[in-house]
Amino acid sequence: MDAIDTSLVDWSRAQFALTAMYHWLFVPLTLGLGVMMAIMETIYVRTGREFWKNCAKFWMKLFGINFAMGVATGIILEFEFGTNWSNYSWFVGDIFGAPLAIEGILAFFMESTFIAVMYFGWNKVSKRAHLASTWLTIIGATISAWWILVANAWMQHPVGMEFNPDTVRNEMVDFAAVAFNSVAVVKFCHTVVSSWVLGAVFAVGVSCWYLLRGRHTEFAHASIRVAAAFGLVAALLTAYTGHKSGTDIAEHQPMKLAAAEGLYEGGNAQGLVMAGVLNPEADWSSGSAEDKFLMHVELPYALSVLATHDPDGYVPGIRNILEGGYTLPDGSTALSAEEKIRRGRVAIDALAAYRQAKDPAAKEAALKTLRENFDCFGYGYLNEPADLVPPVALTFYSFRIMVMLGGYFILLFAGLLLLRRRLERMRLLLWGAVLTIPLAWVASQAGWIVAEVGRQPWAIQGLLPNVAAISRLEVGAVQTTFFIFLGLFTLLLVAELRIMGKAIATGPETDNAA
Amino acid sequence: MVLKRIVRFYVEGFRSMTLGKTLWCIILLKLIIMFAVLKVFFFPSYLKGEAEEKGATVGTELTSRRSAEH
Repeated sequence: MDAIDTSLVDWSRAQFALTAMYHWLFVPLTLGLGVMMAIMETIYVRTGREFWKNCAKFWMKLFGINFAMGVATGIILEFEFGTNWSNYSWFVGDIFGAPLAIEGILAFFMESTFIAVMYFGWNKVSKRAHLASTWLTIIGATISAWWILVANAWMQHPVGMEFNPDTVRNEMVDFAAVAFNSVAVVKFCHTVVSSWVLGAVFAVGVSCWYLLRGRHTEFAHASIRVAAAFGLVAALLTAYTGHKSGTDIAEHQPMKLAAAEGLYEGGNAQGLVMAGVLNPEADWSSGSAEDKFLMHVELPYALSVLATHDPDGYVPGIRNILEGGYTLPDGSTALSAEEKIRRGRVAIDALAAYRQAKDPAAKEAALKTLRENFDCFGYGYLNEPADLVPPVALTFYSFRIMVMLGGYFILLFAGLLLLRRRLERMRLLLWGAVLTIPLAWVASQAGWIVAEVGRQPWAIQGLLPNVAAISRLEVGAVQTTFFIFLGLFTLLLVAELRIMGKAIATGPETDNAA
Repeated sequence: MVLKRIVRFYVEGFRSMTLGKTLWCIILLKLIIMFAVLKVFFFPSYLKGEAEEKGATVGTELTSRRSAEH
């Protein structure tokens, strides 16, 4: 059988990345704005002031536009699983299917039931029933995110399954282990609260634009107060959950952490690079530790604390992970990449032998070998240890962009809260807040780049690299669909921006509408 | 009676929509493109046949893509 063309792997990845990134333009705004509008409606129900009802209705309108544009964009990802990632889809079996099915049912029944009451129910149901519908709409959307992230987390840290060589599928043996996978819990918290930050940045930016225009000023001040307070809390929670995520990555995906830190050679008492420029001449395989950066600012011991909760803790670098031999947290010795590749090939050969064997004894022997080496199964598709190294520069810079922007959002929210009584006179700050809107998406996308590029070459960590996960398609077919999506999604984005822009220009039905 | 009220709730809700009508048109258009065009012409399921046949295809693919020793 012909070897898989590397450009097929690249185009399949590019297509999936494009679809996921476009889908992710809509989702975080839904999650973030949803909570904002629910908070405002809660204030309305508590105070009885019609003003807050109008505030909530305005954000609900923008939520609705974004929801309508984003709805079903994720379905295309599922089409791609069936067409472009068929080996992967079959291999993950029901483990991936179950969370996605639950997500589909929840998304459909919960969101579609309560979103109707939310939009059609003003003056038709009681205030409290309406408020409950608004909260249940956003809770439904958030629970949907949970199941999607459970599926994603399983790819980062596969647990709760057993491989069945007869069906060539992984079968779920522990639903709780899959649903409450430690990676899923941390990922869910970090993703959701960072989406709240994005929603808050958006609301603050739109409100500051009204202040710059001298329109809807009471509405703008009220929205800034709510959004900045909500955003500040969310941004601090994002920093905290980001820290937890870092610890989690250190445990389950040390290569991702090493790439995100540009850590070629690890050791004890490692510092965290706050900012830096990687030396393009140096890479993990050559050069000394000193010349890997052209310049950098480091926080001493911080990486060791993040990874091990110990200032003197050992953090492996890229070279250490490939060479192995260091002591893992569970006390065992890390295998070298060479050894893992060897064991992976043994596992694949054992699967082939099992499938061909007619004699029960030979079948049993092959199965035993497969089970003993299954934890390294995916390594058997790699040609050399270097294949295990993700794109370091992209991961490193994306991580820094995400963290720096996160810090900037904290300062922005705090500044807006502190200066809230003088905002109209601080035009520079207002413009800053308006121009920050796209940066919230940059930070959000950068986070996903760290999560997904940093775990390359894996489709499923340790078990299935991309080269084994993709379907054997013509490169041209994948390229065609890539450009179709590019056009289709760009059209949707332009439509969203136009409709959203028009709704913002019209403004809320509140005070001094100019 | 309850069913009638629910139906009326939705009918009146849809009738009173302004921007919502445009958004529904976009949603429907999008779904038609996705399911009637993309899924049918560009995204057929790669694996064909019964579960056993699919398992056999993937099994062959996964064992044949193993990397070679240098």
